[in-house]
Amino acid sequence: MTPIETVEALAARVPDGAFVALPPDASLCPVALVRALIRRGVRDLHLLGVPISGFATDLLIGAGCVSALTTSAVTLGEAGLAPRFTAAMRTGALRLTDATCPAVHTALQAAEKGVPFLPLRGMIGTDLLADRTDWRVIDNPFAEAPDPIVLIPALVPDIALIHAAMADRFGNVWVGRRRELATIAHAARTTLVTAERLVEGNLMADERLAPGVISSLYVSAVAEAERGAWPLALLDLYPADAAHLDAYAKAARTEEGFRAYLAEHVLGPLPKAAE
Amino acid sequence: MTVSREELLIAAIADLIAAPNPHPVRHAAVGAASPIPAHAVMLARHRGLDVRLSLLQQRVGNPFTEGARELFDLAGQGRIDLFFLGGAQIDGQANINLVGTGTPAGSSARLPGNFGSAFMAFTVPRVILFREEHSPRVLVPKVDYVSAPGVSAAGVYRRGSPQALVTGRCVFAFDAVRARFTLASLHPGETRESIRENTGFDYDEPTHVPETRGPSEDDRAALAGPIRAALEDTYPQFCARVFGARAA
Repeated sequence: MTPIETVEALAARVPDGAFVALPPDASLCPVALVRALIRRGVRDLHLLGVPISGFATDLLIGAGCVSALTTSAVTLGEAGLAPRFTAAMRTGALRLTDATCPAVHTALQAAEKGVPFLPLRGMIGTDLLADRTDWRVIDNPFAEAPDPIVLIPALVPDIALIHAAMADRFGNVWVGRRRELATIAHAARTTLVTAERLVEGNLMADERLAPGVISSLYVSAVAEAERGAWPLALLDLYPADAAHLDAYAKAARTEEGFRAYLAEHVLGPLPKAAE
Repeated sequence: MTVSREELLIAAIADLIAAPNPHPVRHAAVGAASPIPAHAVMLARHRGLDVRLSLLQQRVGNPFTEGARELFDLAGQGRIDLFFLGGAQIDGQANINLVGTGTPAGSSARLPGNFGSAFMAFTVPRVILFREEHSPRVLVPKVDYVSAPGVSAAGVYRRGSPQALVTGRCVFAFDAVRARFTLASLHPGETRESIRENTGFDYDEPTHVPETRGPSEDDRAALAGPIRAALEDTYPQFCARVFGARAA
C-alpha cells in the first residue's frame, strides 16, 4: 500500500545526492514539496528538468540544494530569466548539462520501456550534440542510403516529484491530460506525489478519470498539499500568481533579496493561504 | 489610428505563412512566448488559409493530452508544418543560438537554453525566424553556439529550412541552397542603410526593396475582434497592450 504522509515526511524521503526529476512550471510542479525540501536542507541534488526547468528549480539552486542540473532550458516564462540559475552559472557553482526537450522525453521513454536507448531525429550539426559525448550517432541500420541518427541513452531518475490535482486513499493520483507525467513516474525508481486534495473511492475504478491517473503501482508515498503548486498554475484549478513570480524575479536578482524571499516564503511561518 | 509595430509584424508574418511554398501550412504550433506568431497564424486563417493552430500553453482547452511531448511526437511524424524560432544570436546562415554568448557559450551571458529547437528545426518543414531586436548584437556574422543549424549537410535528415527572418526593422528571405539571406522588405521608417548598419552578417540586396505590407483595415478589425477573443486567454498581457483595455 502507498502510505499517505505529510509534505515534510515526503521531503525526508529524498536523500542528499539524489537524481530528481521535476515537471516544468506549467505542468503540476510540486512547489510546496520543493519548499519542504529546502527546509529539510537537502544537498547535492542532481535535478532533471522534464523537459525544462523554472521557478521550483531556481528556488532549489538559490537555496544551495543543487550541484548538477540536466535540462533543456531554465526560464521563469513571462517573469523573465531565472535569477539564481543565472547567478550560479556566472560563479560556476552549478554543473549544467544542456539538452533539448524531445531528448529528455525520449530518455525517459527508453527507461519506461526498459531499453538502453532510443533513437531521435534532429540535432546533427548542433553544438548541443558536440557537447553531449554521452549521446551517439549511428547509421540507421534499416535505411538503404546513409542515414545518421542520434541515440539517446535511457535516464532513470532516483526520484520523480509531482503535484497531482487529486489522490485517493490507495495512492492513485490524477494528473488529467498531463499524461507525459506518467512517463516520469514509470521511468523513476521512486515517485513522491503531493495532491491538491484527497478523494474518497478508487480513481482507477472510474472509467472517466482512469485515463488521467498514475496508478499507485508507481507511487511510493502521497501527501495532501492544498495550493501545492502555488505560485505556479494548476491545470484549470488556479492560474499562476504572476505578481508573486514577478516579485520573486526582482528580489532574487541579488543574494540578499533571495535570502529575504526564502525567509519570508519558505523558511518562515507558512502563510495559511499558500500551504 | 496608426498601425502599431505589433500589427505590422503580425501582418508581415501572415503574408509569409500564406506565400506559395512547396510545404503548405495546414498545422502551425506556437509556444508561450510567441503572441505575435500566434496572431499571425490566426490572421492568415482569417484571410482564408485553411490552417489549424495548436497553442502549447493554452491553459483551458489545450490541444494536447501529453503536453509538449505530444508536440514533439507530432513534429517527428511531420504533422506540424510551421514553427517559429528566435535566438539570442542569429547569423547569416540562419543558425540560431539560444544558449548564450561567449566562449564557451554562456560564459559571457547565459540564456535559458535550447528548448526544442535542436529537434524542431529538422522535423518541421517550415520555420520562420522571428526576433524583434534587430541589432549587430543579435544578428551576428557567426553564432557562438549552434542550437539549431539553418542548413545541414546532404544526407542529414531534415524536412526543410528557415523560410525567412522577421525582425523589428525588416523581413529577410532565406535561400537554403546558398545558405544566405536576402533583404525582402523594409518596415516603415527603415532604409537600406539603416538595415546594413544594424545587421552584423552579410546578405544580398535586390535593386528594388519594397516596404513591408502592413495590415488592411479588415485585418485590423479581425485582430481587434474575433482573433483577440480567441487568443486573449493565452496572451492576456499582449492583447491588453496592443488592442487596448477591454470595454466593460
